[in-house]
Amino acid sequence: MSDAALHIAARPPLGGLRLLTGLASLLAVASALWLFQGLADGNRGFILHLRALKLGTMLVVACGIGVSTVLFQTVAANRVLTPSIMGFDSLYVLLQTSLIASFGIAGFAAVPVVAKFLAEVAVMCALAILLFGSLLGRGSRDIGRTILTGVILGVMFRSASGLMIRLIDPNEFAVVQASTVVSFTRANEALLPVGALLCGIGVAAALWLAPRLDVLALGRDSAVSLGLRHAPMVAATLGLVALLISVSTALVGPLAVFGPAAFFGLIVTGMTHGLVRSHRHALLLPASALIAANILVFGQMLFERVLHQQTALSVVIEFAGGLFFLYLLLKGRVR
Amino acid sequence: MIRLSGVSHQIGGASILNDITADLPRGRLTALIGPNGAGKSTLLRLIGRLEPLQTGSIHIDDLDLARTPSAEIARRMAVLGQQTVIASRLRLSDLVAFGRWPHHQGRPRPQDRAITADALEAFGLTPLAHRFLDEVSGGQAQRAYLAMTFAQDTDWLLLDEPLNNLDMSHARSLMARLSQLVRASGKSVVVVLHEVNYAAAWADHIVALKDGRILAEGAPQDVLTENGLGALYDTPVMVTQHDGRPLVLHHF
Ligand SMILES: Nc1ncnc2c1ncn2[C@@H]1O[C@H](COP(=O)(O)OP(=O)(O)OP(=O)(O)O)[C@@H](O)[C@H]1O
Ligand SMILES: [Mg+2]
Repeated sequence: MSDAALHIAARPPLGGLRLLTGLASLLAVASALWLFQGLADGNRGFILHLRALKLGTMLVVACGIGVSTVLFQTVAANRVLTPSIMGFDSLYVLLQTSLIASFGIAGFAAVPVVAKFLAEVAVMCALAILLFGSLLGRGSRDIGRTILTGVILGVMFRSASGLMIRLIDPNEFAVVQASTVVSFTRANEALLPVGALLCGIGVAAALWLAPRLDVLALGRDSAVSLGLRHAPMVAATLGLVALLISVSTALVGPLAVFGPAAFFGLIVTGMTHGLVRSHRHALLLPASALIAANILVFGQMLFERVLHQQTALSVVIEFAGGLFFLYLLLKGRVR
Repeated sequence: MIRLSGVSHQIGGASILNDITADLPRGRLTALIGPNGAGKSTLLRLIGRLEPLQTGSIHIDDLDLARTPSAEIARRMAVLGQQTVIASRLRLSDLVAFGRWPHHQGRPRPQDRAITADALEAFGLTPLAHRFLDEVSGGQAQRAYLAMTFAQDTDWLLLDEPLNNLDMSHARSLMARLSQLVRASGKSVVVVLHEVNYAAAWADHIVALKDGRILAEGAPQDVLTENGLGALYDTPVMVTQHDGRPLVLHHF
Protein backbone atom coordinates (compact mmCIF):
# COMPACT_ATOMS: atom_id res chain seq x y z
CA MET A 1 0.00 0.00 0.00
CA SER A 2 1.27 3.46 -0.81
CA ASP A 3 2.10 5.99 1.88
CA ALA A 4 -0.23 8.43 0.19
CA ALA A 5 -3.15 6.04 0.68
CA LEU A 6 -2.29 5.52 4.34
CA HIS A 7 -2.04 9.25 4.83
CA ILE A 8 -5.47 9.73 3.27
CA ALA A 9 -7.09 7.08 5.43
CA ALA A 10 -5.81 8.68 8.63
CA ARG A 11 -7.93 11.74 9.10
CA PRO A 12 -6.58 14.68 11.02
CA PRO A 13 -9.08 15.83 13.64
CA LEU A 14 -7.32 19.17 14.12
CA GLY A 15 -9.39 21.36 11.80
CA GLY A 16 -12.60 20.45 13.61
CA LEU A 17 -11.16 21.16 17.04
CA ARG A 18 -9.87 24.53 15.91
CA LEU A 19 -13.32 25.43 14.59
CA LEU A 20 -14.99 24.46 17.87
CA THR A 21 -12.45 26.47 19.89
CA GLY A 22 -13.01 29.47 17.64
CA LEU A 23 -16.77 29.26 17.97
CA ALA A 24 -16.56 28.83 21.74
CA SER A 25 -14.28 31.88 22.10
CA LEU A 26 -16.62 33.93 19.97
CA LEU A 27 -19.51 32.86 22.17
CA ALA A 28 -17.56 33.78 25.31
CA VAL A 29 -17.02 37.28 23.90
CA ALA A 30 -20.69 37.55 22.98
CA SER A 31 -21.78 36.45 26.44
CA ALA A 32 -19.45 38.88 28.19
CA LEU A 33 -20.68 41.73 26.00
CA TRP A 34 -24.25 40.71 26.64
CA LEU A 35 -23.77 40.70 30.39
CA PHE A 36 -21.62 43.77 30.92
CA GLN A 37 -22.20 46.13 28.00
CA GLY A 38 -23.60 49.52 29.12
CA LEU A 39 -24.21 48.35 32.67
CA ALA A 40 -25.61 51.39 34.51
CA ASP A 41 -24.43 52.15 38.06
CA GLY A 42 -27.78 51.90 39.77
CA ASN A 43 -29.45 48.51 40.13
CA ARG A 44 -26.37 46.64 38.82
CA GLY A 45 -27.19 43.41 40.61
CA PHE A 46 -30.77 43.34 39.40
CA ILE A 47 -29.94 44.07 35.77
CA LEU A 48 -27.09 41.56 35.81
CA HIS A 49 -29.46 38.95 37.21
CA LEU A 50 -32.03 39.62 34.46
CA ARG A 51 -29.39 39.53 31.76
CA ALA A 52 -27.86 36.31 33.08
CA LEU A 53 -31.29 34.71 33.15
CA LYS A 54 -31.96 35.69 29.57
CA LEU A 55 -28.49 34.61 28.48
CA GLY A 56 -28.97 31.23 30.15
CA THR A 57 -32.30 30.78 28.40
CA MET A 58 -30.79 31.72 25.05
CA LEU A 59 -27.93 29.28 25.48
CA VAL A 60 -30.21 26.40 26.45
CA VAL A 61 -32.62 27.13 23.62
CA ALA A 62 -29.80 27.48 21.07
CA CYS A 63 -28.26 24.22 22.20
CA GLY A 64 -31.63 22.50 22.03
CA ILE A 65 -32.51 23.75 18.57
CA GLY A 66 -29.06 23.23 17.06
CA VAL A 67 -28.54 19.71 18.38
CA SER A 68 -32.12 18.56 17.83
CA THR A 69 -32.10 19.74 14.22
CA VAL A 70 -28.85 17.91 13.44
CA LEU A 71 -30.22 14.76 15.11
CA PHE A 72 -33.51 14.99 13.26
CA GLN A 73 -31.85 15.46 9.89
CA THR A 74 -29.70 12.43 10.59
CA VAL A 75 -32.74 10.23 11.26
CA ALA A 76 -34.63 11.66 8.29
CA ALA A 77 -31.53 11.37 6.06
CA ASN A 78 -32.51 14.76 4.74
CA ARG A 79 -31.07 18.28 4.94
CA VAL A 80 -34.27 20.24 4.43
CA LEU A 81 -36.45 18.97 7.27
CA THR A 82 -36.36 20.33 10.80
CA PRO A 83 -38.33 19.19 13.84
CA SER A 84 -40.38 22.41 13.66
CA ILE A 85 -41.28 21.92 10.02
CA MET A 86 -42.39 18.41 10.97
CA GLY A 87 -44.59 19.81 13.74
CA PHE A 88 -42.66 18.83 16.90
CA ASP A 89 -43.32 22.14 18.64
CA SER A 90 -46.97 22.26 17.59
CA LEU A 91 -47.29 18.79 19.08
CA TYR A 92 -45.95 20.19 22.34
CA VAL A 93 -48.47 23.05 22.27
CA LEU A 94 -51.28 20.60 21.54
CA LEU A 95 -50.15 18.57 24.52
CA GLN A 96 -50.29 21.62 26.80
CA THR A 97 -53.68 22.66 25.49
CA SER A 98 -55.17 19.24 26.00
CA LEU A 99 -53.78 19.13 29.54
CA ILE A 100 -55.58 22.37 30.36
CA ALA A 101 -58.72 21.23 28.55
CA SER A 102 -58.86 17.99 30.49
CA PHE A 103 -57.82 19.19 33.95
CA GLY A 104 -59.19 22.74 33.85
CA ILE A 105 -57.37 25.85 35.07
CA ALA A 106 -57.55 24.88 38.71
CA GLY A 107 -56.02 21.50 38.08
CA PHE A 108 -53.43 23.00 35.77
CA ALA A 109 -52.33 25.63 38.26
CA ALA A 110 -52.25 23.15 41.11
CA VAL A 111 -49.60 20.95 39.52
CA PRO A 112 -46.10 22.09 40.44
CA VAL A 113 -44.36 23.69 37.46
CA VAL A 114 -41.39 21.35 37.42
CA ALA A 115 -43.43 18.16 37.82
CA LYS A 116 -45.78 19.27 35.06
CA PHE A 117 -42.84 20.05 32.83
CA LEU A 118 -41.21 16.66 33.39
CA ALA A 119 -44.50 14.87 32.67
CA GLU A 120 -44.96 16.86 29.48
CA VAL A 121 -41.46 16.01 28.32
CA ALA A 122 -42.07 12.31 28.98
CA VAL A 123 -45.37 12.25 27.07
CA MET A 124 -43.80 14.26 24.28
CA CYS A 125 -40.95 11.73 23.87
CA ALA A 126 -43.40 8.83 23.69
CA LEU A 127 -45.63 10.60 21.16
CA ALA A 128 -42.72 11.64 18.96
CA ILE A 129 -41.30 8.11 18.85
CA LEU A 130 -44.73 6.68 18.02
CA LEU A 131 -45.66 9.23 15.37
CA PHE A 132 -42.36 9.88 13.65
CA GLY A 133 -40.70 6.53 14.28
CA SER A 134 -43.01 4.75 11.86
CA LEU A 135 -42.73 7.60 9.37
CA LEU A 136 -38.94 7.77 9.30
CA GLY A 137 -37.86 4.40 10.63
CA ARG A 138 -38.22 2.38 7.45
CA GLY A 139 -35.65 4.50 5.70
CA SER A 140 -38.24 6.80 4.16
CA ARG A 141 -37.55 6.32 0.47
CA ASP A 142 -39.99 8.97 -0.65
CA ILE A 143 -38.71 12.28 0.67
CA GLY A 144 -41.53 14.27 -0.90
CA ARG A 145 -44.09 12.22 0.97
CA THR A 146 -42.20 12.59 4.24
CA ILE A 147 -42.10 16.38 3.95
CA LEU A 148 -45.78 16.51 3.02
CA THR A 149 -46.77 14.23 5.90
CA GLY A 150 -44.78 16.36 8.32
CA VAL A 151 -46.29 19.63 7.15
CA ILE A 152 -49.78 18.13 7.31
CA LEU A 153 -49.12 16.78 10.83
CA GLY A 154 -47.90 20.24 11.90
CA VAL A 155 -51.03 21.94 10.55
CA MET A 156 -53.22 19.27 12.17
CA PHE A 157 -51.61 19.71 15.58
CA ARG A 158 -51.98 23.48 15.32
CA SER A 159 -55.63 23.39 14.29
CA ALA A 160 -56.43 20.75 16.89
CA SER A 161 -55.07 23.05 19.61
CA GLY A 162 -56.95 25.96 18.01
CA LEU A 163 -60.19 24.01 18.13
CA MET A 164 -59.62 22.94 21.70
CA ILE A 165 -58.91 26.53 22.73
CA ARG A 166 -62.20 27.62 21.19
CA LEU A 167 -64.06 24.88 23.02
CA ILE A 168 -62.69 25.68 26.45
CA ASP A 169 -63.76 28.96 28.02
CA PRO A 170 -61.98 32.32 27.55
CA ASN A 171 -60.36 32.31 30.98
CA GLU A 172 -58.67 29.06 30.29
CA PHE A 173 -57.69 30.41 26.91
CA ALA A 174 -55.73 33.14 28.70
CA VAL A 175 -53.89 30.47 30.68
CA VAL A 176 -52.99 28.59 27.52
CA GLN A 177 -51.67 31.78 26.00
CA ALA A 178 -49.66 32.60 29.06
CA SER A 179 -48.17 29.14 29.28
CA THR A 180 -47.32 28.79 25.62
CA VAL A 181 -46.42 32.32 24.66
CA VAL A 182 -43.70 33.13 27.09
CA SER A 183 -40.97 35.45 25.96
CA PHE A 184 -37.34 35.59 27.00
CA THR A 185 -37.93 38.60 29.19
CA ARG A 186 -40.29 36.54 31.32
CA ALA A 187 -38.02 33.54 31.31
CA ASN A 188 -39.28 31.20 33.91
CA GLU A 189 -36.77 31.12 36.75
CA ALA A 190 -38.05 27.81 38.05
CA LEU A 191 -37.82 26.09 34.69
CA LEU A 192 -34.41 27.31 33.59
CA PRO A 193 -32.28 25.09 35.89
CA VAL A 194 -34.38 21.99 35.10
CA GLY A 195 -34.40 22.89 31.42
CA ALA A 196 -30.64 23.38 31.41
CA LEU A 197 -30.15 20.05 33.18
CA LEU A 198 -32.42 18.15 30.76
CA CYS A 199 -30.79 19.86 27.80
CA GLY A 200 -27.36 18.93 29.16
CA ILE A 201 -28.43 15.31 29.59
CA GLY A 202 -29.84 15.27 26.05
CA VAL A 203 -26.68 16.73 24.54
CA ALA A 204 -24.44 14.39 26.54
CA ALA A 205 -26.47 11.40 25.36
CA ALA A 206 -26.28 12.62 21.77
CA LEU A 207 -22.49 13.00 22.03
CA TRP A 208 -22.24 9.52 23.52
CA LEU A 209 -24.21 8.18 20.57
CA ALA A 210 -22.13 10.20 18.08
CA PRO A 211 -20.27 7.26 16.45
CA ARG A 212 -23.55 5.40 16.00
CA LEU A 213 -25.21 8.54 14.63
CA ASP A 214 -22.48 8.67 11.97
CA VAL A 215 -23.58 5.20 10.86
CA LEU A 216 -27.29 6.03 11.14
CA ALA A 217 -26.73 8.93 8.73
CA LEU A 218 -25.70 6.46 6.04
CA GLY A 219 -29.33 5.40 5.70
CA ARG A 220 -31.10 2.25 6.80
CA ASP A 221 -29.60 -0.30 4.42
CA SER A 222 -25.98 0.66 4.99
CA ALA A 223 -26.51 1.05 8.72
CA VAL A 224 -28.08 -2.40 9.03
CA SER A 225 -25.36 -4.06 6.99
CA LEU A 226 -22.76 -2.47 9.25
CA GLY A 227 -24.53 -4.06 12.21
CA LEU A 228 -26.28 -1.04 13.73
CA ARG A 229 -29.52 -1.90 15.54
CA HIS A 230 -31.49 0.51 13.40
CA ALA A 231 -34.95 0.64 14.98
CA PRO A 232 -33.78 1.24 18.58
CA MET A 233 -31.32 3.84 17.32
CA VAL A 234 -34.08 5.71 15.45
CA ALA A 235 -36.27 5.63 18.57
CA ALA A 236 -33.46 6.88 20.80
CA THR A 237 -32.61 9.71 18.44
CA LEU A 238 -36.24 10.80 18.07
CA GLY A 239 -36.60 10.65 21.85
CA LEU A 240 -33.64 13.01 22.22
CA VAL A 241 -35.12 15.36 19.59
CA ALA A 242 -38.42 15.39 21.49
CA LEU A 243 -36.64 16.07 24.78
CA LEU A 244 -34.63 18.98 23.38
CA ILE A 245 -37.58 20.51 21.52
CA SER A 246 -39.81 20.24 24.60
CA VAL A 247 -37.22 22.01 26.71
CA SER A 248 -36.76 24.83 24.20
CA THR A 249 -40.48 25.23 23.60
CA ALA A 250 -41.29 25.21 27.30
CA LEU A 251 -38.63 27.85 28.02
CA VAL A 252 -39.56 30.36 25.33
CA GLY A 253 -42.83 29.21 23.83
CA PRO A 254 -43.31 28.44 20.16
CA LEU A 255 -44.40 31.97 19.25
CA ALA A 256 -41.97 33.88 21.40
CA VAL A 257 -39.41 36.40 20.22
CA PHE A 258 -37.18 33.67 18.88
CA GLY A 259 -38.80 30.51 19.95
CA PRO A 260 -38.17 27.31 18.02
CA ALA A 261 -38.70 29.05 14.72
CA ALA A 262 -39.35 26.68 11.86
CA PHE A 263 -36.44 27.91 9.81
CA PHE A 264 -33.92 28.79 12.50
CA GLY A 265 -32.77 25.19 12.81
CA LEU A 266 -32.36 25.08 9.06
CA ILE A 267 -30.03 28.09 9.03
CA VAL A 268 -28.05 26.57 11.88
CA THR A 269 -27.56 23.15 10.27
CA GLY A 270 -26.85 24.76 6.90
CA MET A 271 -24.04 26.80 8.48
CA THR A 272 -22.88 23.83 10.54
CA HIS A 273 -22.41 21.56 7.55
CA GLY A 274 -20.83 24.38 5.60
CA LEU A 275 -18.28 25.14 8.31
CA VAL A 276 -17.55 21.68 9.70
CA ARG A 277 -17.32 19.89 6.33
CA SER A 278 -17.23 16.51 8.00
CA HIS A 279 -19.86 13.84 8.59
CA ARG A 280 -18.78 13.21 12.18
CA HIS A 281 -21.40 13.96 14.78
CA ALA A 282 -18.73 14.40 17.44
CA LEU A 283 -17.98 17.66 15.60
CA LEU A 284 -21.37 18.46 14.05
CA LEU A 285 -23.33 18.39 17.31
CA PRO A 286 -21.21 20.80 19.38
CA ALA A 287 -20.66 23.02 16.35
CA SER A 288 -24.40 23.32 15.75
CA ALA A 289 -25.02 24.29 19.39
CA LEU A 290 -22.25 26.90 19.32
CA ILE A 291 -23.37 28.35 15.99
CA ALA A 292 -26.98 28.61 17.15
CA ALA A 293 -25.89 30.28 20.39
CA ASN A 294 -23.69 32.78 18.56
CA ILE A 295 -26.51 33.72 16.18
CA LEU A 296 -29.01 34.15 19.02
CA VAL A 297 -26.79 36.13 21.37
CA PHE A 298 -25.25 38.39 18.73
CA GLY A 299 -28.56 38.80 16.91
CA GLN A 300 -30.48 39.61 20.06
CA MET A 301 -27.79 42.08 21.15
CA LEU A 302 -27.87 43.80 17.78
CA PHE A 303 -31.63 44.13 17.64
CA GLU A 304 -32.29 44.88 21.30
CA ARG A 305 -29.36 47.13 22.21
CA VAL A 306 -28.34 48.73 18.90
CA LEU A 307 -31.52 48.88 16.83
CA HIS A 308 -33.92 48.84 19.82
CA GLN A 309 -36.20 46.43 18.00
CA GLN A 310 -37.27 43.61 20.29
CA THR A 311 -39.22 41.53 17.83
CA ALA A 312 -37.36 42.09 14.58
CA LEU A 313 -34.84 39.27 15.12
CA SER A 314 -37.35 36.47 14.72
CA VAL A 315 -38.73 38.10 11.61
CA VAL A 316 -35.28 38.42 10.08
CA ILE A 317 -34.39 34.83 11.03
CA GLU A 318 -37.62 33.50 9.57
CA PHE A 319 -37.22 35.49 6.39
CA ALA A 320 -33.60 34.50 5.84
CA GLY A 321 -34.41 30.92 6.82
CA GLY A 322 -37.36 30.79 4.46
CA LEU A 323 -35.21 31.97 1.57
CA PHE A 324 -32.58 29.37 2.47
CA PHE A 325 -35.28 26.67 2.57
CA LEU A 326 -36.44 27.63 -0.92
CA TYR A 327 -32.84 27.68 -2.11
CA LEU A 328 -32.24 24.14 -0.81
CA LEU A 329 -35.46 22.89 -2.39
CA LEU A 330 -34.76 24.53 -5.74
CA LYS A 331 -31.18 23.32 -5.79
CA GLY A 332 -32.51 19.82 -5.22
CA ARG A 333 -30.30 19.30 -2.16
CA VAL A 334 -33.12 17.64 -0.29
CA ARG A 335 -31.20 14.51 0.51
CA MET B 1 -22.71 -22.59 3.95
CA ILE B 2 -25.78 -20.40 3.76
CA ARG B 3 -28.79 -22.63 4.26
CA LEU B 4 -32.18 -21.37 3.12
CA SER B 5 -35.13 -23.46 4.19
CA GLY B 6 -38.70 -22.72 3.22
CA VAL B 7 -38.10 -19.02 2.69
CA SER B 8 -41.22 -17.23 1.42
CA HIS B 9 -41.87 -13.53 1.18
CA GLN B 10 -44.96 -11.47 0.50
CA ILE B 11 -45.42 -7.76 -0.09
CA GLY B 12 -48.95 -6.42 0.25
CA GLY B 13 -50.54 -9.78 -0.49
CA ALA B 14 -48.38 -10.42 -3.57
CA SER B 15 -46.13 -13.40 -3.29
CA ILE B 16 -42.54 -12.42 -4.14
CA LEU B 17 -40.67 -15.57 -3.08
CA ASN B 18 -42.14 -19.06 -2.85
CA ASP B 19 -40.71 -21.66 -0.53
CA ILE B 20 -37.05 -21.20 -1.44
CA THR B 21 -34.89 -24.04 -0.13
CA ALA B 22 -31.26 -24.06 -1.16
CA ASP B 23 -27.70 -24.27 0.08
CA LEU B 24 -25.18 -21.66 -1.02
CA PRO B 25 -21.78 -23.36 -0.75
CA ARG B 26 -18.98 -22.04 1.44
CA GLY B 27 -15.67 -21.14 -0.19
CA ARG B 28 -17.31 -20.69 -3.59
CA LEU B 29 -18.45 -17.90 -5.87
CA THR B 30 -22.21 -18.25 -6.26
CA ALA B 31 -24.11 -16.30 -8.92
CA LEU B 32 -27.81 -15.52 -8.64
CA ILE B 33 -29.34 -15.00 -12.07
CA GLY B 34 -32.84 -14.51 -13.40
CA PRO B 35 -35.05 -12.02 -15.22
CA ASN B 36 -36.09 -8.61 -13.83
CA GLY B 37 -38.49 -9.00 -10.96
CA ALA B 38 -37.57 -12.63 -10.32
CA GLY B 39 -36.88 -11.90 -6.66
CA LYS B 40 -33.07 -11.92 -6.67
CA SER B 41 -32.71 -8.67 -4.75
CA THR B 42 -35.43 -9.66 -2.32
CA LEU B 43 -33.67 -12.94 -1.57
CA LEU B 44 -30.32 -11.20 -1.14
CA ARG B 45 -31.88 -8.59 1.15
CA LEU B 46 -33.47 -11.33 3.26
CA ILE B 47 -30.12 -13.11 3.63
CA GLY B 48 -28.50 -9.78 4.44
CA ARG B 49 -31.26 -9.08 7.06
CA LEU B 50 -32.13 -5.81 5.28
CA GLU B 51 -35.72 -7.09 5.17
CA PRO B 52 -37.30 -8.93 8.09
CA LEU B 53 -37.73 -12.64 7.43
CA GLN B 54 -41.41 -13.61 7.17
CA THR B 55 -41.43 -17.38 6.74
CA GLY B 56 -38.72 -20.01 6.77
CA SER B 57 -35.25 -19.84 8.20
CA ILE B 58 -31.80 -18.75 7.08
CA HIS B 59 -28.55 -20.01 8.58
CA ILE B 60 -25.17 -18.49 7.87
CA ASP B 61 -22.71 -21.22 8.76
CA ASP B 62 -23.60 -21.93 12.38
CA LEU B 63 -25.57 -18.72 12.95
CA ASP B 64 -29.35 -18.56 12.82
CA LEU B 65 -30.05 -15.20 11.19
CA ALA B 66 -33.18 -14.60 13.25
CA ARG B 67 -31.40 -15.15 16.57
CA THR B 68 -27.99 -13.59 16.03
CA PRO B 69 -27.27 -9.97 16.99
CA SER B 70 -26.91 -7.78 13.92
CA ALA B 71 -23.47 -6.58 15.05
CA GLU B 72 -22.14 -10.13 15.10
CA ILE B 73 -23.50 -10.83 11.63
CA ALA B 74 -21.79 -7.66 10.37
CA ARG B 75 -18.43 -9.20 11.29
CA ARG B 76 -19.36 -12.37 9.39
CA MET B 77 -21.14 -11.02 6.31
CA ALA B 78 -21.02 -7.81 4.25
CA VAL B 79 -23.96 -6.79 2.07
CA LEU B 80 -24.08 -4.33 -0.77
CA GLY B 81 -27.61 -3.57 -1.99
CA GLN B 82 -28.70 -2.78 -5.51
CA GLN B 83 -29.48 0.86 -4.89
CA THR B 84 -27.41 2.35 -2.16
CA VAL B 85 -28.18 6.01 -1.65
CA ILE B 86 -26.31 7.84 1.04
CA ALA B 87 -27.57 11.22 2.10
CA SER B 88 -24.66 12.53 4.11
CA ARG B 89 -21.96 14.46 2.38
CA LEU B 90 -19.10 12.00 2.57
CA ARG B 91 -15.64 11.85 1.14
CA LEU B 92 -14.81 8.56 -0.55
CA SER B 93 -12.17 7.84 2.11
CA ASP B 94 -14.77 8.33 4.87
CA LEU B 95 -17.24 6.04 3.12
CA VAL B 96 -14.70 3.26 2.70
CA ALA B 97 -13.59 3.70 6.32
CA PHE B 98 -17.13 2.87 7.45
CA GLY B 99 -16.48 -0.68 6.27
CA ARG B 100 -14.31 -1.10 9.36
CA TRP B 101 -17.05 0.07 11.73
CA PRO B 102 -18.29 -3.42 12.70
CA HIS B 103 -14.79 -4.17 13.96
CA HIS B 104 -14.05 -1.02 15.93
CA GLN B 105 -17.50 0.48 16.72
CA GLY B 106 -16.35 4.05 16.23
CA ARG B 107 -12.80 3.89 17.55
CA PRO B 108 -10.60 3.16 14.52
CA ARG B 109 -7.28 1.48 15.25
CA PRO B 110 -4.15 1.74 13.07
CA GLN B 111 -4.92 -1.57 11.35
CA ASP B 112 -8.38 -0.28 10.41
CA ARG B 113 -6.79 2.72 8.70
CA ALA B 114 -4.36 0.42 6.90
CA ILE B 115 -7.17 -1.84 5.64
CA THR B 116 -9.17 1.22 4.51
CA ALA B 117 -6.16 2.50 2.61
CA ASP B 118 -5.67 -0.94 1.01
CA ALA B 119 -9.30 -1.04 -0.12
CA LEU B 120 -9.07 2.46 -1.63
CA GLU B 121 -5.91 1.47 -3.45
CA ALA B 122 -7.35 -1.85 -4.64
CA PHE B 123 -10.26 -0.11 -6.35
CA GLY B 124 -8.12 2.62 -7.86
CA LEU B 125 -9.68 5.27 -5.65
CA THR B 126 -6.59 6.69 -3.96
CA PRO B 127 -6.47 9.74 -6.25
CA LEU B 128 -10.17 10.37 -5.60
CA ALA B 129 -10.15 9.68 -1.87
CA HIS B 130 -10.71 13.33 -0.94
CA ARG B 131 -13.63 13.84 -3.33
CA PHE B 132 -17.18 13.92 -2.11
CA LEU B 133 -19.46 11.06 -3.07
CA ASP B 134 -21.75 13.34 -5.05
CA GLU B 135 -18.80 14.72 -6.99
CA VAL B 136 -17.69 11.49 -8.65
CA SER B 137 -19.11 9.47 -11.56
CA GLY B 138 -21.59 6.64 -11.08
CA GLY B 139 -18.96 3.98 -11.67
CA GLN B 140 -16.51 5.63 -9.29
CA ALA B 141 -19.22 5.79 -6.62
CA GLN B 142 -20.02 2.13 -7.21
CA ARG B 143 -16.34 1.26 -6.76
CA ALA B 144 -16.32 3.21 -3.49
CA TYR B 145 -19.29 1.21 -2.18
CA LEU B 146 -17.54 -1.97 -3.24
CA ALA B 147 -14.34 -0.87 -1.50
CA MET B 148 -16.34 -0.25 1.69
CA THR B 149 -17.80 -3.76 1.46
CA PHE B 150 -14.33 -5.23 0.92
CA ALA B 151 -12.91 -3.26 3.84
CA GLN B 152 -15.46 -5.01 6.06
CA ASP B 153 -13.28 -8.10 5.52
CA THR B 154 -15.94 -10.72 6.25
CA ASP B 155 -16.17 -14.45 5.49
CA TRP B 156 -19.26 -13.83 3.38
CA LEU B 157 -19.78 -11.17 0.73
CA LEU B 158 -23.25 -10.49 -0.72
CA LEU B 159 -23.34 -8.17 -3.72
CA ASP B 160 -26.41 -7.12 -5.69
CA GLU B 161 -25.48 -6.29 -9.28
CA PRO B 162 -22.00 -5.01 -8.42
CA LEU B 163 -21.16 -4.59 -12.11
CA ASN B 164 -23.70 -1.75 -12.39
CA ASN B 165 -22.06 1.30 -13.91
CA LEU B 166 -18.66 -0.36 -14.25
CA ASP B 167 -16.77 -0.25 -17.53
CA MET B 168 -15.46 -3.53 -18.95
CA SER B 169 -12.03 -3.19 -17.44
CA HIS B 170 -13.34 -2.50 -13.93
CA ALA B 171 -16.02 -5.17 -14.35
CA ARG B 172 -13.47 -7.78 -15.23
CA SER B 173 -11.08 -6.75 -12.48
CA LEU B 174 -13.91 -6.90 -9.93
CA MET B 175 -14.82 -10.44 -11.00
CA ALA B 176 -11.16 -11.42 -10.89
CA ARG B 177 -10.85 -9.93 -7.42
CA LEU B 178 -13.93 -11.79 -6.18
CA SER B 179 -12.61 -15.01 -7.65
CA GLN B 180 -9.24 -14.42 -6.02
CA LEU B 181 -10.89 -13.75 -2.65
CA VAL B 182 -12.61 -17.11 -2.96
CA ARG B 183 -9.53 -19.02 -4.09
CA ALA B 184 -6.77 -17.37 -2.11
CA SER B 185 -8.51 -16.15 1.04
CA GLY B 186 -11.19 -18.82 1.39
CA LYS B 187 -14.03 -16.30 1.37
CA SER B 188 -17.52 -17.05 0.09
CA VAL B 189 -19.24 -14.72 -2.35
CA VAL B 190 -22.86 -14.50 -3.46
CA VAL B 191 -23.43 -12.12 -6.31
CA VAL B 192 -26.48 -11.13 -8.38
CA LEU B 193 -25.47 -10.88 -12.03
CA HIS B 194 -27.40 -9.79 -15.10
CA GLU B 195 -24.74 -10.53 -17.67
CA VAL B 196 -24.76 -14.33 -17.70
CA ASN B 197 -21.33 -14.50 -19.33
CA TYR B 198 -19.73 -13.16 -16.16
CA ALA B 199 -21.47 -15.97 -14.32
CA ALA B 200 -20.31 -18.42 -16.98
CA ALA B 201 -16.71 -17.26 -16.75
CA TRP B 202 -16.28 -16.84 -13.00
CA ALA B 203 -18.99 -18.57 -10.95
CA ASP B 204 -18.57 -21.97 -9.28
CA HIS B 205 -22.25 -22.34 -8.55
CA ILE B 206 -25.33 -20.79 -10.12
CA VAL B 207 -28.84 -20.35 -8.75
CA ALA B 208 -31.45 -19.35 -11.34
CA LEU B 209 -34.57 -17.64 -10.02
CA LYS B 210 -37.79 -16.98 -11.87
CA ASP B 211 -41.10 -15.71 -10.49
CA GLY B 212 -39.93 -16.21 -6.95
CA ARG B 213 -38.94 -19.86 -7.41
CA ILE B 214 -35.69 -21.64 -8.07
CA LEU B 215 -35.75 -22.82 -11.68
CA ALA B 216 -32.32 -24.41 -11.70
CA GLU B 217 -29.17 -24.62 -9.61
CA GLY B 218 -25.80 -26.20 -10.05
CA ALA B 219 -22.51 -25.84 -11.90
CA PRO B 220 -22.35 -23.35 -14.83
CA GLN B 221 -22.22 -26.17 -17.40
CA ASP B 222 -25.46 -27.62 -16.08
CA VAL B 223 -27.44 -24.39 -15.66
CA LEU B 224 -26.26 -22.31 -18.59
CA THR B 225 -27.69 -24.42 -21.39
CA GLU B 226 -29.68 -23.26 -24.40
CA ASN B 227 -32.86 -24.81 -23.08
CA GLY B 228 -32.30 -23.75 -19.50
CA LEU B 229 -31.55 -20.11 -20.33
CA GLY B 230 -34.30 -19.99 -22.94
CA ALA B 231 -36.84 -21.04 -20.34
CA LEU B 232 -35.37 -18.75 -17.68
CA TYR B 233 -35.43 -15.55 -19.74
CA ASP B 234 -38.18 -16.54 -22.23
CA THR B 235 -35.90 -15.71 -25.10
CA PRO B 236 -33.90 -17.89 -27.51
CA VAL B 237 -30.14 -17.97 -26.89
CA MET B 238 -27.18 -19.86 -28.32
CA VAL B 239 -24.55 -21.36 -26.07
CA THR B 240 -21.08 -22.34 -27.26
CA GLN B 241 -17.95 -23.22 -25.33
CA HIS B 242 -14.90 -21.10 -24.72
CA ASP B 243 -11.92 -22.21 -22.70
CA GLY B 244 -13.96 -25.08 -21.28
CA ARG B 245 -16.74 -22.82 -20.02
CA PRO B 246 -20.11 -21.91 -21.53
CA LEU B 247 -20.24 -18.78 -23.69
CA VAL B 248 -23.73 -17.37 -24.11
CA LEU B 249 -24.60 -15.54 -27.32
CA HIS B 250 -27.68 -13.50 -26.62
CA HIS B 251 -27.01 -9.99 -27.79
CA PHE B 252 -28.04 -10.03 -31.45
N1 LIG C 1 -41.86 -2.50 -2.26
C1 LIG C 1 -42.43 -3.34 -3.12
N2 LIG C 1 -43.77 -3.38 -3.25
C2 LIG C 1 -44.37 -4.24 -4.10
N3 LIG C 1 -43.71 -5.10 -4.87
C3 LIG C 1 -42.38 -5.10 -4.79
C4 LIG C 1 -41.65 -4.24 -3.91
N4 LIG C 1 -40.35 -4.47 -4.07
C5 LIG C 1 -40.24 -5.44 -4.99
N5 LIG C 1 -41.46 -5.82 -5.43
C6 LIG C 1 -41.75 -6.87 -6.43
O1 LIG C 1 -41.07 -8.03 -6.04
C7 LIG C 1 -40.58 -8.72 -7.16
C8 LIG C 1 -39.14 -9.08 -6.96
O2 LIG C 1 -38.38 -7.90 -6.87
P1 LIG C 1 -36.80 -7.93 -6.81
O3 LIG C 1 -36.32 -6.54 -6.62
O4 LIG C 1 -36.39 -8.94 -5.82
O5 LIG C 1 -36.44 -8.43 -8.27
P2 LIG C 1 -35.01 -8.64 -8.92
O6 LIG C 1 -34.95 -10.07 -9.32
O7 LIG C 1 -33.93 -8.13 -8.08
O8 LIG C 1 -35.15 -7.75 -10.24
P3 LIG C 1 -34.06 -6.84 -11.00
O9 LIG C 1 -33.31 -7.75 -11.87
O10 LIG C 1 -34.91 -5.91 -11.80
O11 LIG C 1 -33.24 -6.15 -9.97
C9 LIG C 1 -40.84 -7.83 -8.36
O12 LIG C 1 -41.93 -8.37 -9.08
C10 LIG C 1 -41.19 -6.50 -7.78
O13 LIG C 1 -42.15 -5.86 -8.58
MG1 LIG D 1 -32.62 -6.55 -8.17
